[in-house]
Amino acid sequence: MDVALLFKIAGVGIIVAVMATVLKQAGKDEQGQMVTLVGVLLVLMMVVSLLGKFFSLVRSTFMFQ
Amino acid sequence: MEVVKIVGIGLAAGMLISILRQQKPELAMQLSIAAAAMIFLLMVSRIMQVVDVMQTLSTKARVDQAQMAAILKIIGIAYVTDFGSQVLQDAGEKSVASKVEMAGKILIILLALPIILAIMETVLKLLE
Repeated sequence: MDVALLFKIAGVGIIVAVMATVLKQAGKDEQGQMVTLVGVLLVLMMVVSLLGKFFSLVRSTFMFQ
Repeated sequence: MEVVKIVGIGLAAGMLISILRQQKPELAMQLSIAAAAMIFLLMVSRIMQVVDVMQTLSTKARVDQAQMAAILKIIGIAYVTDFGSQVLQDAGEKSVASKVEMAGKILIILLALPIILAIMETVLKLLE
């Protein structure tokens, strides 16, 4: 649980953005879309696990059963 | 210095989000969710301490434990709905954000009903 996750997400985002731009320039729009989709899913997986941790912590802090 | 750490995380996340927003707004939204959750995770032990103090004070003042639990639950609901609606507003989904807030308000009223009823009963008893 530390700040590295933030940089990981930002890194994935920047790499995906660059790759999508390059693929678009090369005229491969579909591959660019796929790369974007994969990046979003990858980040979503990290964010969902973090969000689950966050919600369970809120639940235990404020005494929900 | 914990404050410096939190502010640093906030600033770093803000810069990265504003870089990402131009290229990939969907990833920027997820990054802002991650930053918010991370700051809460860092702060949760402090919140625990405050809640503990509140509970010892309430037991000293002989407040009903069920009512104290209701109050804490209300704080939790307010926090979570505020988190959700802020993220949605950042993503530009104002209408969904306002629905989330409305649901939070309804749930809070539902939890506050027993307390309101207790106050009404006390007032009626005083009037008789």
